[in-house]
Amino acid sequence: MNAPNDPNSVKKMVYVQAPQEIAWRVFTEKMGAWWPLAFYKIGKAPAVDAVIEPHPGGRWYERGNDGSTCDWGTVLAWEPYSRLLLSWDVSADWQYDPLLKTEIEVRFIPDGTNATRVELEHRKLDRYGARRDEMRRIYDTEGDWGRLLAAFAQLAATVKQ
Amino acid sequence: MATLTQIERALDALGDPTRREVFKRLRNGNRSVREVADGMNVSRPAVSQHLGVLKAAGLIAVRVKGTRRLYGVDPHGIETLRSWLDGFWNETLLAFKQEAEKEAMKGRKLR
Repeated sequence: MNAPNDPNSVKKMVYVQAPQEIAWRVFTEKMGAWWPLAFYKIGKAPAVDAVIEPHPGGRWYERGNDGSTCDWGTVLAWEPYSRLLLSWDVSADWQYDPLLKTEIEVRFIPDGTNATRVELEHRKLDRYGARRDEMRRIYDTEGDWGRLLAAFAQLAATVKQ
Repeated sequence: MATLTQIERALDALGDPTRREVFKRLRNGNRSVREVADGMNVSRPAVSQHLGVLKAAGLIAVRVKGTRRLYGVDPHGIETLRSWLDGFWNETLLAFKQEAEKEAMKGRKLR
């Protein structure tokens, strides 16, 4: 399913042992329960929830422990329980920028009655301009300790010079 | 969010072998400068300097206990590195998968 050479898009797939409706509901209604809010948040206050308003044009935002909210993007398409299209308007400096408009499309594809394949594409990364490659790397990186070792090796080499 | 600068600072800090050794010596708990320097082939002021760099990189934290300053690993710094290694969407989708499966399990038990 991957087009690994498209520099403006990141594609990911996850296989979930849950029916399509549950997968959709957890993704859209309970985002605060699973989104890594400790790292992937942009507000000043510690984030306690992530919310998607359930209709086209709805806000997508984080809520801080002081009640403040901080937008991430908007709902572009709302098609329960199969397809969700969001704009992700978080800049390379992790600030909300309503004009950024990168897109995240999430598809929920049933695999039998008890499993769902969830496909996610984060596209229009060209909106990051000169910082596209840097951002693509952050979004795309696989958990791979080999990369860490390579980074160490590279840095160690630099340090010796 | 973890910025790339933060990550690079942490990786840079660990790029030096002596500093890695200093960092490793903190893995079993908090230590004073003297305790870290003991048995190392490095002067105490040099160890202090290395601790300063690790602290600036967010990898360790200082606790003041009476007159003693104790250095220890900062779990948040380690988590930041880990999340960078995992990557944004990998980490996020894995967390989603776990929650959705937990939810599906609940539903099955009710039936």
